[in-house]
Amino acid sequence: MKVSMFHLMPHRELPADFERRYHSVWVDPPFWELADPERVGQYYNWTLDELIYAAKAGLDGICVNEHHQNAYGFMPSPNLMGAVLARATNGMDVAIVQMGSTLPTTIPPIRVAEEYAMLDCISGGRLVAGMPLGTSMDANLCYGIPPMEQRERYYEAHDLILKAWTAREIFAWNGKYFQLPMVNIWPRPIQQPHPPVWVPGVGSLSTWEFSAKHNHCYCFLSYWGNKLGKEVMDGYWEFVHREGHDPNPYRAGFLQLVAVSETDARAEQEYYPHIRYFYDKCLHIAPEFFSAPGHQDYRSLVKSLKSGATRAILEVTAKLPEWRFKDFVENQLVIAGSPASVRDQLTEAIQKLRVGNLMVLLHIGSMPHELTLKNIDLFAHEVLPHVRDIWDDQWQNHWWPQRLRAKRALAGAAG
Amino acid sequence: MVATQERTLTAWQDQVRSRVQIAGSGPPLVFFHGAFGLRWDPFLDALAERFTVYAPEHPGTTPGEPDAVRPLENLWDLVLYYYELFDQLGLRAPAVVGHSFGGMVAAEVAATAPERVSRLVLIAPIGLWRDDVPVKNWMTMLPTDLAKVAFAEPDGPLAQQMLAPPADPEAAVDAQIQMTWALACTGKFVWPIPDKGLKKRLHRISAPTLLIWGRQDGLVSPMYAQEFAARIPNARVELIDGAAHLPHLEQMATVARLIRDFLAG
Repeated sequence: MKVSMFHLMPHRELPADFERRYHSVWVDPPFWELADPERVGQYYNWTLDELIYAAKAGLDGICVNEHHQNAYGFMPSPNLMGAVLARATNGMDVAIVQMGSTLPTTIPPIRVAEEYAMLDCISGGRLVAGMPLGTSMDANLCYGIPPMEQRERYYEAHDLILKAWTAREIFAWNGKYFQLPMVNIWPRPIQQPHPPVWVPGVGSLSTWEFSAKHNHCYCFLSYWGNKLGKEVMDGYWEFVHREGHDPNPYRAGFLQLVAVSETDARAEQEYYPHIRYFYDKCLHIAPEFFSAPGHQDYRSLVKSLKSGATRAILEVTAKLPEWRFKDFVENQLVIAGSPASVRDQLTEAIQKLRVGNLMVLLHIGSMPHELTLKNIDLFAHEVLPHVRDIWDDQWQNHWWPQRLRAKRALAGAAG
Repeated sequence: MVATQERTLTAWQDQVRSRVQIAGSGPPLVFFHGAFGLRWDPFLDALAERFTVYAPEHPGTTPGEPDAVRPLENLWDLVLYYYELFDQLGLRAPAVVGHSFGGMVAAEVAATAPERVSRLVLIAPIGLWRDDVPVKNWMTMLPTDLAKVAFAEPDGPLAQQMLAPPADPEAAVDAQIQMTWALACTGKFVWPIPDKGLKKRLHRISAPTLLIWGRQDGLVSPMYAQEFAARIPNARVELIDGAAHLPHLEQMATVARLIRDFLAG
């Protein structure tokens, strides 16, 4: 099992009536009404400190991602964050998991190949290369990519990046979207033939097929619990099987919100407001921004509109305003409670979903810095040791930096 | 309603299969539909009384052919594809009518090879851009917001009929898929801002041109009518009262008469 802390870097102090007063958390929230650059600097530093703290506490990896024009999570350049993290964690057996640079909006895409290679060099070969397609909000609305081109651009960027990393000879790239006369990137990654590739997704059939075909790790990023997660992961495993691959659980990643306290009651007291804030405010996305027409290809569009998964999400979201802490926990949107409760539920989810690469969101919404450190501490010391050995008797994690594949020694007190 | 026949044609080196709906009799008239896809409506019936109306479905919007839009990589490909379609239909220089997105396509077709279009009617075309009156992004609007800008009577029967989903849940999902995909296939050529250089090409149009605009168009302001008229050598503007972005349906009798008179003249 490999467990990484994921951080979104959200706005932590949105007004109480944010979701009633503002149209959307993404694309059009007015910065100058809602935020202050000095304070934002504090958020970035807290975020970096929390991830470094998690690395010291014994988490296997630390993850950042890319999003634009929003208060949900605003690291427009994940590699700036990744550079700080790589430098600060040198000497630790922790992976730098970039989930990551959005391929269709990084132009030309060899920029991703170059920056990831830099991170791999700086970190001493500890990079996991996430290759996201990008949300519709980011790629279409904020960055102007025609929705129907987004996936084609993604495929081309992916092929170009892998070739740029692995080709021994200089080559010309005559693509549909990019033409480069002499590709010869400097530097090249330490990890050979290239760093492990993770493909984050939200349940698109085309992304399952792509990940399986290329033998990458597919990561389902969802906030809707592992019941829905099960349906999505089963769909992915079907494609893995179809491609003739083994059912190695390390082919799969999953994101889970986790909140640990001394007791179940204390967990509710400490974390419920932040869970509420996350679902009410951070996910307050205008529905018309969610998927610009063409963002999903035709097959995925038909499947998502006709499948039970979309209905299931809509049913859950419709109920959210009425939910109490126990509803979030019972439906496992958040795995929260005492160390024992979290341990049991997390073990069950890992096994049910068959995931080897777990990402845990240990900072949730408005969670203050000190509480985040507490969550990290309790998770690292009271939960992580109990899930660490799952799968390792049977399977090798080929989707993890080679030099970090051994089990990480449990850290002493973090700090 | 007149009887329509359908022809499915294959063009662009056999890569693009698309359907053309045909009805009526008289001189040929090509109608390019808007971003939401082709729906045979009473306006086309009215044109079919005097003309043979050819209404091609934008590539990708023909049922069963969702990927037909892929081989057409950009606007230039799309325009050239339409000349191939004209050739297959035996149309040398038809009258061309286009609405909204289809208006832009019609203008591009008339500007690129002016001899292929005898007369041109543009109904609330997109294709130009002014920072002071930006064209609204119809691809990211909720139906209720769209109704407010596209219809002079947002709560009227026409808006209801065009925007309300079918009552049967399965039919509603199918309708949503069809609409989303039509927006995707047309949006491919204009996202994120529907200005792809038409302003540099409009001067090439030689066909006498009629511009029709609803006075209350909140999606593409009627101020654009003058922008088009100023650039097209032989153009006339008709602003329609009691109409917004769909004047040909909102004031059908008036608009159909204007078009028939113009094309007869």
